[in-house]
Amino acid sequence: MLYRQRLAWGALALLLAATVGVAQEPIRPDPVRSGRDFQAPETRAMQDDDGANPGMLWVARGRALWDEAVGAARRSCASCHGRADETMRGVAAQYPRVDPSSGRLLNLELRIQQCRGERQDAPVPRFESDELLALTAYVAHQSRGMPVAVSVDGAARPFFDAGRAAYFQRIGQLNLACTHCHDANWGRMLRGDRLSQGHGNAYPAYRLDWQAVGSLQRRLRFCNTGVRAEPHPFGAAEYVALELYLAWRAKGLTVESPAVRR
Amino acid sequence: MAQALVKIQAQAKRGEAVEVRALIQHPMETGFRRDDMGKPIARDIIREFVCTYAGEEVLRAELQPAIAANPFLVFHVLATESGEVAFRWTDDKGVVQSESARLTVS
Repeated sequence: MLYRQRLAWGALALLLAATVGVAQEPIRPDPVRSGRDFQAPETRAMQDDDGANPGMLWVARGRALWDEAVGAARRSCASCHGRADETMRGVAAQYPRVDPSSGRLLNLELRIQQCRGERQDAPVPRFESDELLALTAYVAHQSRGMPVAVSVDGAARPFFDAGRAAYFQRIGQLNLACTHCHDANWGRMLRGDRLSQGHGNAYPAYRLDWQAVGSLQRRLRFCNTGVRAEPHPFGAAEYVALELYLAWRAKGLTVESPAVRR
Repeated sequence: MAQALVKIQAQAKRGEAVEVRALIQHPMETGFRRDDMGKPIARDIIREFVCTYAGEEVLRAELQPAIAANPFLVFHVLATESGEVAFRWTDDKGVVQSESARLTVS
């Protein structure tokens, strides 16, 4: 009897371990589908036509800013990087990545801020400012159609692990983690919206809701307030790490920036 | 940060209907909203949009507060002669902006 009881407890413990193991094991939605697939046909058409995609207004502005000399150094982006359509091709697909000099994980916005502040000796553009969004959209646009390809090994590993932990962490008054919507329930309705798989390959994207281009972090903050959690400030390490996990999770998708979302 | 993207084919045959598209960056603030302090936000919309083709007015549009930010206007002009297709729009703040494209008719 005692033996049997022990056996039962043992089996239960094994089962629990397996369940916890599955929850922590990185899972990816299958098949991986871009957020584009969850949009209305009109929104998809708007994204596909550069003449109708309002995000292209930010890209055009970014193109002008790229060649504009700024700061005490009177240096433009082009002074160092040359033609963006050559040097920036595929770059956005590799972000967030670890900055070798500081050891910090940087997303595209933080990398542009670093350039502005340290190399161009210019005022650092604020998060979600038109200048930063335009430059980010312009650089990201150069990678459009290229597969998302971030490195999660070596120096990036601790950030990746932190991002993954954040993805599975229940937060807010609604006590939900990212995974509960975007792995377990994608494709189903949440009030008037269809839940996407939560990939970041669209960003910076034009959201009809915002009537403007916004960053992935703006979207993440919106997710946070949606589950009634306190959002982190823009540029927080927690968000950048989460962005890295999301990019790894979006493997198989291509960069769509500037995409159009509802 | 005012920008506009204008699209029109560069060449057309005489008598052909040519599609003209203008995507204008503008907040189109309705005037019905209030800010965080409860103060009304002043209306700022594009009041008037005019398109001229070879010096002749071909379209005049009066925009309304219900039109979304970054309005997208699509219309057709009949290709008659080579010339400039010019756009001019004025907003509530009195800012006048313009953009143009060249259409060659054969």
